[in-house]
Amino acid sequence: MNMAGHSGHPENGSGGRDGGNVVPPVARQAIKRGQPRWGDAAFRVTTAAFACLVLALVAAMAAVLYDKGYLSVRTFGLGFLWSRDWDPVRGLFGALPAIYGTVVSSLIAIAIATPVALGIAIFLTEMAPAGLARPVGLAIEMLAAIPSIIYGMWGLFVFAPFLAKHVEPVLKKLGGGTPLFEGPPMGIGMLPASLILAVMILPFIASVMRDLFTLVPAMSKESAYGVGATTWEMVRSVVIPQTRTGIIGAIFLGLGRALGETMAVTFVIGNTHQISASILAPGCTIASTLANEFSEAVSDLHVSSLIEMGFVLFLITTVILASAKFLLWRIEARITGK
Amino acid sequence: MNAENIAAASMAESAAARAVSPPNGLLVRIDVKGLNFYYGAQHALKNVSLPVYANEVTSIIGPSGCGKTTLLRTFNRMFDLYRGHRAEGEVLLDGINILSPDMDVTSLRARVGMVFQKPTPFPMSIYDNIAFGIRLYEKLPKSVLRERVEIALRRAALWEEVKDKLNHSGMSLSGGQQQRLCIARAIAVEPEVVLMDEPASALDPIATARIEELVDQLKERYTIVIVTHNMQQAARVSGYTAFMYMGELVEFGETEQIFTKPREPRTRDYLTGRFG
Amino acid sequence: MARSKWLYIRRRIYNALMYVAAFLSALFGLVWLFWILAVLLRKGVPAINWDFFTKLPAPPGTPGGGLANAILGTLMITALATAIGVPAGVMAGTYLAEFGRKSALAKAVRFVADLLVSAPSIVVGVFVYSIVVMPMHGFSGLAGAIALAIIMVPVVVRTTEEILLLVPDSLREAALALGAPYWRVVVQVCYRRALAGMTTGILLAVARVSGETAPLLFTALNSPFWSPSITKPVATLNVTLFNYAMSPYDDWRSLAWGAALLITMGVLVATILARMVVGRIRI
Repeated sequence: MNMAGHSGHPENGSGGRDGGNVVPPVARQAIKRGQPRWGDAAFRVTTAAFACLVLALVAAMAAVLYDKGYLSVRTFGLGFLWSRDWDPVRGLFGALPAIYGTVVSSLIAIAIATPVALGIAIFLTEMAPAGLARPVGLAIEMLAAIPSIIYGMWGLFVFAPFLAKHVEPVLKKLGGGTPLFEGPPMGIGMLPASLILAVMILPFIASVMRDLFTLVPAMSKESAYGVGATTWEMVRSVVIPQTRTGIIGAIFLGLGRALGETMAVTFVIGNTHQISASILAPGCTIASTLANEFSEAVSDLHVSSLIEMGFVLFLITTVILASAKFLLWRIEARITGK
Repeated sequence: MNAENIAAASMAESAAARAVSPPNGLLVRIDVKGLNFYYGAQHALKNVSLPVYANEVTSIIGPSGCGKTTLLRTFNRMFDLYRGHRAEGEVLLDGINILSPDMDVTSLRARVGMVFQKPTPFPMSIYDNIAFGIRLYEKLPKSVLRERVEIALRRAALWEEVKDKLNHSGMSLSGGQQQRLCIARAIAVEPEVVLMDEPASALDPIATARIEELVDQLKERYTIVIVTHNMQQAARVSGYTAFMYMGELVEFGETEQIFTKPREPRTRDYLTGRFG
Repeated sequence: MARSKWLYIRRRIYNALMYVAAFLSALFGLVWLFWILAVLLRKGVPAINWDFFTKLPAPPGTPGGGLANAILGTLMITALATAIGVPAGVMAGTYLAEFGRKSALAKAVRFVADLLVSAPSIVVGVFVYSIVVMPMHGFSGLAGAIALAIIMVPVVVRTTEEILLLVPDSLREAALALGAPYWRVVVQVCYRRALAGMTTGILLAVARVSGETAPLLFTALNSPFWSPSITKPVATLNVTLFNYAMSPYDDWRSLAWGAALLITMGVLVATILARMVVGRIRI
């Protein structure tokens, strides 16, 4: 546009330095001023709108779930959360068995997955030779990529019979009639659900821990090695203390995932609305109940109760995941010194 | 120290005063008058005044952190991108104050091109790298555009090396070639002034020599301001030199005079390697 | 002297034990991976044949049939979800990297996106049921695609941001120094430079949603036929797998294993491909 001002520009460049007045300054002043930059403004506003959309999405999810679950809230009040009833025929719904199953299966899964994930993270960052760390790390990531429904199908047809045949009878014998291992060894119930959940969240926890451990500055590791510490002593006295907050964050992240995991659990937990002390007994979780009953629910109250359960699950996982995020932020800020 | 500062400031001002009516009748392309620059609270340029003569190479030298790059980046308002960066005073380009808020930075940057420390080829073909800038300002038929690209590459002494691979990625060139590509890209827009921020600092000696040769050729058409930490380079390529220290312009003059008969003790100390 | 030697040996033994424990942990993870993959191959491969890809499902109890409609449905819904979710995610991610950076809005969006990445996908299904299926009075492929798109968005947002932040500022400055408007700098320079990385991010997001079942259960639902329109229920491999695996018919279960193998291979190949691209990105 303003190239017009350049018309006086000599192509041959003969007037180089001698005269010094190559182009009359007046010709150069043909500048178009105040060119509208609405393109930039529009781009900025559009991208910001999509960013806001992400916020709006979460707000809308909370609002819509509460609204559609309101019939159930009005009918049962807070009692919904600790009622054990689940009778679509009589129109009585209570979320306690599902909440119990959700929380207990996730806690057992976390208890199993945490030490293993810690071991994997330590192995990958501090112990494994470089040639081994990469493929093993990749394989662990593959574990996270396998879809939930595949875990479920494999759990139902392969893992459950395996448990029923080889593991649960042994547990019953060892437990010696305690209520924890009561009931027939079917391979379906809380135990397989928890075990499969543990395997599913394992890679998530391990990869967060691994990333944390690589954040620890080499200097503090070397200073531990410098006084003659073994690898394990270095990990115990330098890596773990420095990343403790983050390790808890990683565990919370795993917990958040376990609580909402659906398909794998639906296949193997047995889907009965009951609370049992035995981990061999079948149960249900919020997510498995939704998966099983939602598309077949007929009455408005049934649908509404299911949606309210979804709302409760959404709240629990949001709080857990937000805490995880918060803890991980703090540790990263501390280690990277910002 | 303090007295010296004041002395230096007055010396700089008198240097600028002389420059307004240059002895040799050169045209003043950029006239900096009482420029102050702030990074938030930090005062990075202190009352700097100097002329930049048309079709000459002016080099800005000084120890790192002295404000030489800051000064360069006011000439195309690059600092606009960052919050809290602020310039006061006047920078007149052909008599128009480019610091005034109603200055359109797009057309300013069409007239004041810039080459950076490290080569910054765009992730596109060699041809598109050059055409990118031209297309911003002009709608040209393909054949004309092609001609313009060729002219720019020829002027940047790169044509012979790339004429058979214009479709290759700009990032496939060597470091020195990439830098000449960036120079070609800058001059393809037909600017009046080309700013160079240590353009050879990331290059090997042979590539550096080629860039210096090129700078010497380019001054026939363009006014060049070059920031360098390499004193020999300043001595080799520039006709005028500004020495900066701690945000102040200590001395400005013909390069030969600066390097052989510096008026300021601090310039002499710097050139003889007593600090910086 | 003797005591310190004993201490030294004890420390060594303890360290060796920890090495073994860490190694066993890694092995524990690998065992599951290979166990699952082995089972999938053994049971899935026999189910996959020409009919599997070309025929419609057979009625209950009748032998034969295939999952042609479900394969097409999965491709269709995933493609539609990508078409909705990727542009939205890329735009939001662009805001975070190019404009927001440290602003309060950007921090909030980052936080919420990270929550959404791990949020239960079944809840997204319930949400979409409420806002799409109920008002439209029926299950539809469109609803399924919207649910998957919602799951995709946060993943794309975060990877887009991360990759764009790897593009050096000097490149932006170089383009701006030519007088280019910022939107051109982003679209023509930053996106191009970040292309490989962003493709990877998108591929990972697609891989992730193509394995999702829960959000489709009561949005896309299922169908034993070719779906005439995306406003009608659409069969997907995942939901079909769920129904068939739970069924009492051996033929259906066999087809379910075939579907399981196909889904897993698709997801794993996409993931490995993405990882390989990541390994080659040098920005």
